[in-house]
Amino acid sequence: MTESHALTDTRADPRSRRRAEDERFLRGQGRYTADLTEDGDLIALVVRSPHAHALIRKIDTTPAQQVPKVRAVFTGDDLVRAGLGPLSCSLPLSGLIVPERLPLATDRVRFMGDPVALIVAETLAAAQDAAEALIIDYDALPALIDPRVAQNADAPLVWTNAPNNRAFTYEKGDPAAVADAFAMATHIAEIHLVNNRVAAMALEPRTVRAVYDPTRDHYTLTLSAASIHLFRPEIAKVLRVRDEQIDLIVPDAGGGFGMKNVAYPEYALLAWAAKTIGRALIWTADRLEEFSSGVHGRDNITHGRLALDAKGRFLALDVKTISNLGAYVSSLGPGAATTAPTPAMGGVYSIPAMAMHVEGVFTHTAPVDAYRGAGKPEANYLIERLIDIAARQFGFDAIALRRMNLPKRYPHVNAFGYTIDSGAPRDLLTRALVHADVKGFRKRQAQSKKRGRLRGLGVAFFLETSRGPVGEDAWLRLQHNGFIDLAVGSQSNGQGHETSMIQFVADTLGLPFSAFRYVQADTRVVPSGGGHGGARSFPMAGPAMAEAAARFRIMLLSAAGTLLQATDSECELITDGVRHHPTGRVISLSELARDAGVFEAHGRNDADLYNFPMGCHIAEVEIDPETGRVALLRYSGADDYGTLINPLLAEGQVHGGLAQGIGQAMLEDIRYDDNGQLISATLMDYAVPRGDDLPDFEIAFVENATAANPLGVKGAGQAGAIAAPQTVMNAIIDALAPFGVTHLDMPATPEKIWRAMNRT
Amino acid sequence: MYAFNYQRPKTVRQAAGLLAKAGGDGKLLAGGQTLLPTMKQRLASPAMLIDLNQVDGMGGIELKGRNLHIGAMTKHADVANSHIVKTAIPGLAALAEGIGDPAVRNRGTIGGSIANNDPAADYPAACLGLGATIVTNKRKIPADEFFTGMFDTALEDGEIITKVIFPVPQKAAYEKFPNPASRYAMVGVFVGKKGSDVRVAVTGAGANGVFRLPEFEAALKTRFNAKSLDGLSVPADGLNGDIHASPDYRAHLIGVMAKRAVNKALGK
Ligand SMILES: Cc1cc2nc3c(=O)[nH]c(=O)nc-3n(C[C@H](O)[C@H](O)[C@H](O)COP(=O)(O)OP(=O)(O)OC[C@H]3O[C@@H](n4cnc5c(N)ncnc54)[C@H](O)[C@@H]3O)c2cc1C
Repeated sequence: MTESHALTDTRADPRSRRRAEDERFLRGQGRYTADLTEDGDLIALVVRSPHAHALIRKIDTTPAQQVPKVRAVFTGDDLVRAGLGPLSCSLPLSGLIVPERLPLATDRVRFMGDPVALIVAETLAAAQDAAEALIIDYDALPALIDPRVAQNADAPLVWTNAPNNRAFTYEKGDPAAVADAFAMATHIAEIHLVNNRVAAMALEPRTVRAVYDPTRDHYTLTLSAASIHLFRPEIAKVLRVRDEQIDLIVPDAGGGFGMKNVAYPEYALLAWAAKTIGRALIWTADRLEEFSSGVHGRDNITHGRLALDAKGRFLALDVKTISNLGAYVSSLGPGAATTAPTPAMGGVYSIPAMAMHVEGVFTHTAPVDAYRGAGKPEANYLIERLIDIAARQFGFDAIALRRMNLPKRYPHVNAFGYTIDSGAPRDLLTRALVHADVKGFRKRQAQSKKRGRLRGLGVAFFLETSRGPVGEDAWLRLQHNGFIDLAVGSQSNGQGHETSMIQFVADTLGLPFSAFRYVQADTRVVPSGGGHGGARSFPMAGPAMAEAAARFRIMLLSAAGTLLQATDSECELITDGVRHHPTGRVISLSELARDAGVFEAHGRNDADLYNFPMGCHIAEVEIDPETGRVALLRYSGADDYGTLINPLLAEGQVHGGLAQGIGQAMLEDIRYDDNGQLISATLMDYAVPRGDDLPDFEIAFVENATAANPLGVKGAGQAGAIAAPQTVMNAIIDALAPFGVTHLDMPATPEKIWRAMNRT
Repeated sequence: MYAFNYQRPKTVRQAAGLLAKAGGDGKLLAGGQTLLPTMKQRLASPAMLIDLNQVDGMGGIELKGRNLHIGAMTKHADVANSHIVKTAIPGLAALAEGIGDPAVRNRGTIGGSIANNDPAADYPAACLGLGATIVTNKRKIPADEFFTGMFDTALEDGEIITKVIFPVPQKAAYEKFPNPASRYAMVGVFVGKKGSDVRVAVTGAGANGVFRLPEFEAALKTRFNAKSLDGLSVPADGLNGDIHASPDYRAHLIGVMAKRAVNKALGK
């Protein structure tokens, strides 16, 4: 594919195979963890703190234990007695304070939703009765919610070993060079912003089924999670066993978006309880538990400054961020505001000097961790908002200002030293402007005005930095039944790998799609894996699959050659199996499996290179000035995800990400009151976007292959969520410009907009 | 959910008998759209559920002279799609069409909605804005006396709503500003004009549930036009405030929604 070609009709593209897994999902035949409950399983219920901050004076479990059908009531003291280890953080950040945390709180609770007790019963109703009977004597204490207040000298401490409630300080870049640039600058644009706390809201809540086999001293957890290979050691550390003593299996999963990539306290807790009781247990979070104790995303406060010369050229970017970590350090929590945004800082632009200073702060709120995009949305939101502010304040055209500051050529090395190998942002911009009919905007704006509406146009780029954990494996196994198992260490929890990965391998080998079975997320048959985090699946697993396929082809040919008493070169792989040229004889895969036996080819990709998906998005909104209500009317863009394997699935990923990014911009907001009570704890108060909140998305694809992997693919999974917030907010602020509004924090709720318009 | 007993009577009389027998521990089950979620969360714990879904004579939509009769068990979807309602009081059909989502509209009932009197529910605004009469197994209650406070009604123990009678207005319309999360009314205003009588009822905003706006009504009586409302405002005192809307903002929205409802009623 060349740069001059843009794909606008993904459906018509021959690579756009429809999702094989949808057949069972749409028929209600998906098998999720809770569907795998077996007769005799006991029900586990987690009792959670109703307080944001309190001392646990005393827990009396006797009345709860006396409830009929209740098998056990465990508290933190039981875990201490059993000698369980603390939860850990797998992110190496220097100077990070990781407070000791057991799966159940012992002496103190630190956020509303903090697990305090585990009840195991024969029925959920009995467990709920026991939860009501459980007597917990709390001594409520003042709670810290605002991370700015948390840093005050007189603020109470969430953890006594973290002075000023600070978990870490992270620095990147060259502050001296930045200071010099600011001293020389003609213009300085500035912003104070809050990147709002949001919930991932996976449709399927977290669920775990735990079984312990005493004959092997072995735990099997079936669960709705991702990144299982990466967090298994964290569970093993709590249980104080070897990794191999735990198998993790994820059946069909209903979404994750990062919030399921972490080792929740419930995992080790359930495993330990299953062993202690000697029965299989199942725990399913309800929606309230998901909102209160699932990890949240984003939540940081940033002061950003952009230095420009007289012509508008960017000279430097200075970023100071306070990141709210919540009450505990979650598995990957500190990464979301530090190492994750770093490669995307400054977005697509060429900015000679950058500096970043981040402080991670504890508060009495649910832990924060990576959520779709993790840091990249924050980095791009910052620069794209700053550019619009600069354009308006200093009289530049916002589009021209962007174009002027794009890198002149690729590879482009940014101020933090990352090499962006490929990209064509000018081309993307030109296409996006045409695609969105920006020329016609003024006319549409005038029509809106006639109807009493304010119309705004938002243009923004995004730069995604896709990589995630380094290294991935893939295996192809010819099985007895003649099917080929494709096992991959990456993991789909809805992305469609079952289709796209088989499609890729089938096409590579020239075998039919139906010859394959897809295997993932099962430590028994997939020995290692890096999950999907960082939009890494195809960039990381693709080359591993390609290598496995190349080896598999050789194995097939040589096995067939042996059977046919022919040389390998006389054999060729055809759709029905292996064909022997000289005789025309064909050996099917099942014949091969029967006669030559089962065999396996392995491929591994150890590349640690980032790839850099990018795009230019354009949104048009209309505001009802009497109510402040925003309608998102148009949303389009031109994106580059390198070579596409399945354009339809890539588009689906982008659409899903856009919905979440638009949700963050317009609707979603996790809110605590001053006492630390979560007041957006149900779908009655936490607004997620619905179909009628969203316009049709018109995203065109331009395929500039990356050199970061032999397939040329770039990650498409997070991009929408990285692109949408700034695009939508720029459009909203543009519509409000006549009222002198220069910035609003997300979500842009009707009341916020109404207030901004009526500020006196 | 706690354990409960379940009964499915065939007549209103049987239902009333079961309700009386259960004492304070019985609950009527209509569409279950509010009651069942509350029971699942253990916020309600009736010992006996008396399911009204097979009770005779509690459904149906009928125009009798200048009055529209809607049985208490009539589903929102049936009101929304009814040719009779669309012709007689199109604003009422439109209101029903705007409740919740298709699943809710196909189970939730008008009787359940007004018995529940959620301060953000839509039907109470229509009842008050049209001067409806709520008919029970014991008496007829004018809407003005029915809605007594948040989740509170004039219904007495053992009383069952059997139907709602709406006088057919000359003009009527409902304008709703939905809560972005729940899609219940953050502010909803129902305006009805019948002869010289004009009613303006507000839901979603009042700390005590649905209420009328006498000042707005007086202005519209003089001239039924949105302009008549210019300069009128509603004090924020006593209005709801939450993470979605402050009392100030709700007060402002009432004015905007009232004008839009008037325009809609006038076919503008
Ligand atoms: C997701 C969702 C969204 C919703 N959105 C909206 C919305 O936008 N606007 C809106 O107005 N509503 C909304 N609702 C509420 C819904 O419209 C129902 O009308 C409401 O839940 C009650 O009606 P029901 O028939 O389900 O009653 P039930 O839940 O069965 O009963 C509710 C209460 O009324 C009592 N009751 C029921 N029938 C009678 C009767 N005949 N006589 C006396 N008492 C009776 C019951 O005992 C119970 O206490 C929503 C509900 C859900 C679940």
